[in-house]
Amino acid sequence: MMRALLGEAWRAMAVNRLRTLLTMLGMIIGVSAVVLMLAIGQGAQYVIHQSISAMGANLFVVLAGATTSGGLRMGAGTAPSLTLDDAAALDELTSLAAVAPIASGTAQLVYGPNNWSTQVRGTTDGYLKLRDWGVRLGQTFGEAEVRSAARVALLGQTVADYLFGAEDPVGRTVRIKNNPFTVLGVLEPKGQSLGGSDNDDTVIVPVTTAQRKLFGSQVPGSVRYIMAQAVSEELMGRAEDDITGLLRQRHRIPAGGEDDFTVRNLTAVAETAASTARIMAIMLGAIASISLVVGGIGIMNIMLVSVTERTREIGIRMAVGARPRDVMLQFLLEAVIMSIVGCLIGIVLGVSGAWLASRLADITVVVTVWSLLLAFAVAAAIGVFFGYYPARRGARLKPIEALRYE
Amino acid sequence: MDTTPLIRVQGVSKRYPDGGGAGTPVLREVSLAIGRGEFVAIMGPSGSGKSTFMNIVGCLDTPSRGHCFLDGRDVAQLSVDELAALRNRLVGFVFQGFNLLARIDARDNVALPLLYAGLSRGARRERAETMLRNVGLERYAHHLPNQLSGGQQLRVAIARALSTDPQLILADEPTGNLDTATGEEIMQLFDALNAERGITVVLVTHEADIARHARRLVRFVDGRVVADGPTEQVLGALHA
Repeated sequence: MMRALLGEAWRAMAVNRLRTLLTMLGMIIGVSAVVLMLAIGQGAQYVIHQSISAMGANLFVVLAGATTSGGLRMGAGTAPSLTLDDAAALDELTSLAAVAPIASGTAQLVYGPNNWSTQVRGTTDGYLKLRDWGVRLGQTFGEAEVRSAARVALLGQTVADYLFGAEDPVGRTVRIKNNPFTVLGVLEPKGQSLGGSDNDDTVIVPVTTAQRKLFGSQVPGSVRYIMAQAVSEELMGRAEDDITGLLRQRHRIPAGGEDDFTVRNLTAVAETAASTARIMAIMLGAIASISLVVGGIGIMNIMLVSVTERTREIGIRMAVGARPRDVMLQFLLEAVIMSIVGCLIGIVLGVSGAWLASRLADITVVVTVWSLLLAFAVAAAIGVFFGYYPARRGARLKPIEALRYE
Repeated sequence: MDTTPLIRVQGVSKRYPDGGGAGTPVLREVSLAIGRGEFVAIMGPSGSGKSTFMNIVGCLDTPSRGHCFLDGRDVAQLSVDELAALRNRLVGFVFQGFNLLARIDARDNVALPLLYAGLSRGARRERAETMLRNVGLERYAHHLPNQLSGGQQLRVAIARALSTDPQLILADEPTGNLDTATGEEIMQLFDALNAERGITVVLVTHEADIARHARRLVRFVDGRVVADGPTEQVLGALHA
């Protein structure tokens, strides 16, 4: 029965090839638009999620306060108000998972005939932990190297490429501001940051080494900023309060006095970017869905014409024993077949379009199976929804009226 | 032998709505019973209600008043699906214009009622081919209706009406558009169905020669039965 009805539907569509094709065109365009837009939207979200995970999750930056000299305020990080001891004290907080004091500056690196200027970050092993960063080659340094201010360095991928090319840097000696440093390891590549800079163009050394051998410090042990990672997203608020409270206490700031440091929530920035991307993806999908609905209306339109045109045929079928539901099923099948075939063609076009966009316009696109399944399910549902009314109209015809129809 | 009449029409009236009012009456208080195995011809001038009577008996139309019993069951009490089943199994309808589906070939046209009877594809084809052979059209199974002559199309329509083995054949002016010789051949087919297989045949015609194949003749005028009896007797009274 089903097979025969499928055959009938197929024959009806084959008779009016051009009309069938034009009807399906609405569906094809709608589905390919949805698939393409979802791919682009998800691509944007993917890029942002990459950047966020490259930065590390649930992060705070504690910046040292500003100095005032002769009435001029010098900007955040200029006052030597944060120290390694502050970092060590923060590390004791239960709401924080990792803490890294950072003393950084720009320095020239030399290896053999090559040299490269980059940002050198003096920090502790906590830094790699909170940025969720590992070494690709060699190993990282630990507490012992920090305590002894050892001259060891971890190279970012970009720096390793410029200084060593194809050579293995591990165990070699590079000169940073003319101090010899042993390369302990090479960091995993992280790519571009949210701000657009190269995450891999960096060198990491123990914070004590940076303070004593590279950049010096006005007050022994002072750092430019401290990065801290909350245990979880839920604990972000408590962690911020804990940091502020502890530092005010340590810096002996009286109640009502101004903080000599600033706590910034880095994740908030990232989340804004992520939600922007999400809204964009939803909007793209919603706009594309409108064309899907328009395609569905096209199917309904043609099905109504088809039912009217074939009124006499419906009458004949009823006269030889077709039940209303047989007539209904026949027309419904036709609508569903048109939308499903249109949908499959649309998926092929949409995926090809997404591929072209990624090749030609260099846009990151992500085509997921569920987005294809979603498009397919929506198309089938549209076929049923918009096919139902015309099919029911056919099924409700009275045999004698249908037979008399000219 | 079942003694309930196959068809019993009781006080049936039919009006067609004509934009308000009671409408034009087409049938007025028609009562008629047709038994199993009868061969009945229906005659009457145009607009006398013959076709409407056939449509009501064939469950294609419903009476405005009165009752129609088929095989002892009141048609008005049946659901749409039960009516469809009656049209499918009990009644074979041969229409005035044949009403074949133009897009499908002769065999598929004959197989159409079998589709709704729920037969498998193979069984449908086999049965349809047998039916075509019975009407002498086995060589035309894959011809489309418009590739067949009027007589051949009528044979296809008859094969379709017979495909589900109905007890009743309703034929509305089947030979109307055919030449006398072809019409005579077709009538022999009806004679055989009635005589050999005991199928009840009710046919509408304009021609006395066609009507003579039936044993009983009913005459309609203005929506009423004005004569009902043995064919020769009714025809004789008409010419007297």
